[in-house]
Amino acid sequence: MIKEKDLLGLRNISTDEIDEILRNAVPMKDIIMRDIKKVPTLRGKSMATLFFENSTRTKSSFEIAAKYLSADCTNLAVSTSSVQKGETLIDTAITLEVMGIELFVMRHGASGAPHFLGRNTKARIINAGDGMNEHPTQGLLDMYTMKDKKGDLGNLTVTILGDVAHSRVARSNIWGLVKYGTKVRVVAPETLIPVELQRMGVEVYTDVDKALKGADVVNVLRLQKERQSSGLLPSLVEYNKFWGLTSKRVELLKDDAIIMHPGPMNRGVEIMPDVYEHPRCVVDEQVTNGVAVRMALLFMMLGGKSGDDIN
Amino acid sequence: MKKFIDKAVIMDEDQMDRALKRIAHELLEKNKTLDNAVILGIRTRGVPLAERLKKTIEEIHGIVVPIGVLDINLYRDDLTSLTEQPVIHQTVIPVGVKGKKIILVDDVLYTGRTIRAALDSIIDMGRPELIQLVVMVDRGHRELPIRADFVGKNVPTSKREKIDVLLKEIDGVDKVIIKESIEEDE
Repeated sequence: MIKEKDLLGLRNISTDEIDEILRNAVPMKDIIMRDIKKVPTLRGKSMATLFFENSTRTKSSFEIAAKYLSADCTNLAVSTSSVQKGETLIDTAITLEVMGIELFVMRHGASGAPHFLGRNTKARIINAGDGMNEHPTQGLLDMYTMKDKKGDLGNLTVTILGDVAHSRVARSNIWGLVKYGTKVRVVAPETLIPVELQRMGVEVYTDVDKALKGADVVNVLRLQKERQSSGLLPSLVEYNKFWGLTSKRVELLKDDAIIMHPGPMNRGVEIMPDVYEHPRCVVDEQVTNGVAVRMALLFMMLGGKSGDDIN
Repeated sequence: MKKFIDKAVIMDEDQMDRALKRIAHELLEKNKTLDNAVILGIRTRGVPLAERLKKTIEEIHGIVVPIGVLDINLYRDDLTSLTEQPVIHQTVIPVGVKGKKIILVDDVLYTGRTIRAALDSIIDMGRPELIQLVVMVDRGHRELPIRADFVGKNVPTSKREKIDVLLKEIDGVDKVIIKESIEEDE
């Protein structure tokens, strides 16, 4: 059971709750693999996606998860909605809420936007990425994938490589993993290492080769080209040369290590095309696991007591 | 929460064992062949019962029937009214259900709602040739038009009573007990 009304991040959620989500995701993954990919569990429940930033996989993943569980999912196309006429975030959400929407999946460019909305709606909120803060369902699906492939999270060394400063994926990974005692290494150009990182309980590296050596998992972050206007990097070519994951660097990892990336990939920037082809690259499986984890979460947030019964 | 006290033991280890043996015979008598059959245990207590039935059929008839596990929680009709949200477990049917004779196994048949959920969940996975139901105890009080094909023991009960099927694999002992509520009905 998810104790709070809203799932805003992995920072303030217990390992009991995470364990339950990851456990429920296992049978959900079976449903995805079946001929008839539908169960009636959330029949009659209504939810909406509210994406103020672009997305392919997160948005369709939530929508598909809802459909497999028989919930009705409305996608608000922000660019063609009354948001463009100046309708506020709260008014937009309340308009949908009074039509019967019980849960919002929200992505917004401003950190804290889902927290703000959650305080102003009865409907439950799942944060699908807020600014540079958190992207909890990506963190959960990454943890599911690591656990599935490598076992107990407490015994693993995970290297997060790349644009940590702008990455909500990195933050959710770190908040989630450190709760389990995972050794988390973070490696990035010094300009992309935020100051608060040391306090999150991770080891910070600036030497890629050292950070990769002997790791069980490397999670490569997307270089967020849309957030690089302030001259933090000289050029993409240089970034690739010094920080990109190449087949040669993969050899530094443990022999059975897995390679992860949250997508979308900038091939030839943070990850080389041949690394994606590597037999232990689990990028596609991460996407499938994403649907399973989101199904588990929707079941737990829409399936039991309604949002009204939870403070 | 209602409290229950033990009232009587209605089946012991031997009686449960004999009931399963009889059901194994009846299954073959009714179906002539079990070539295309799959035994499906409903979690939790249907699972060890299904395993025992498989073993009994093997001992008596020398036929090995594949076995599977069914979790019906995603198909429950009372999800929104439960105080404690169930954890979902895996449904494992190694041979699939399409075109199979499904022998569904559970411990107690009461309202019929669990079986309704089980039937929906099976049919969502494909079209079986037929589905038959085996239960250790049928205690009556059906709320749906559902019946069992093979019954270990029919036990007339009142709604204030409760039937517990205890199994060695889970509870360390084999017996069926009847309990009675010690509080007034709400």
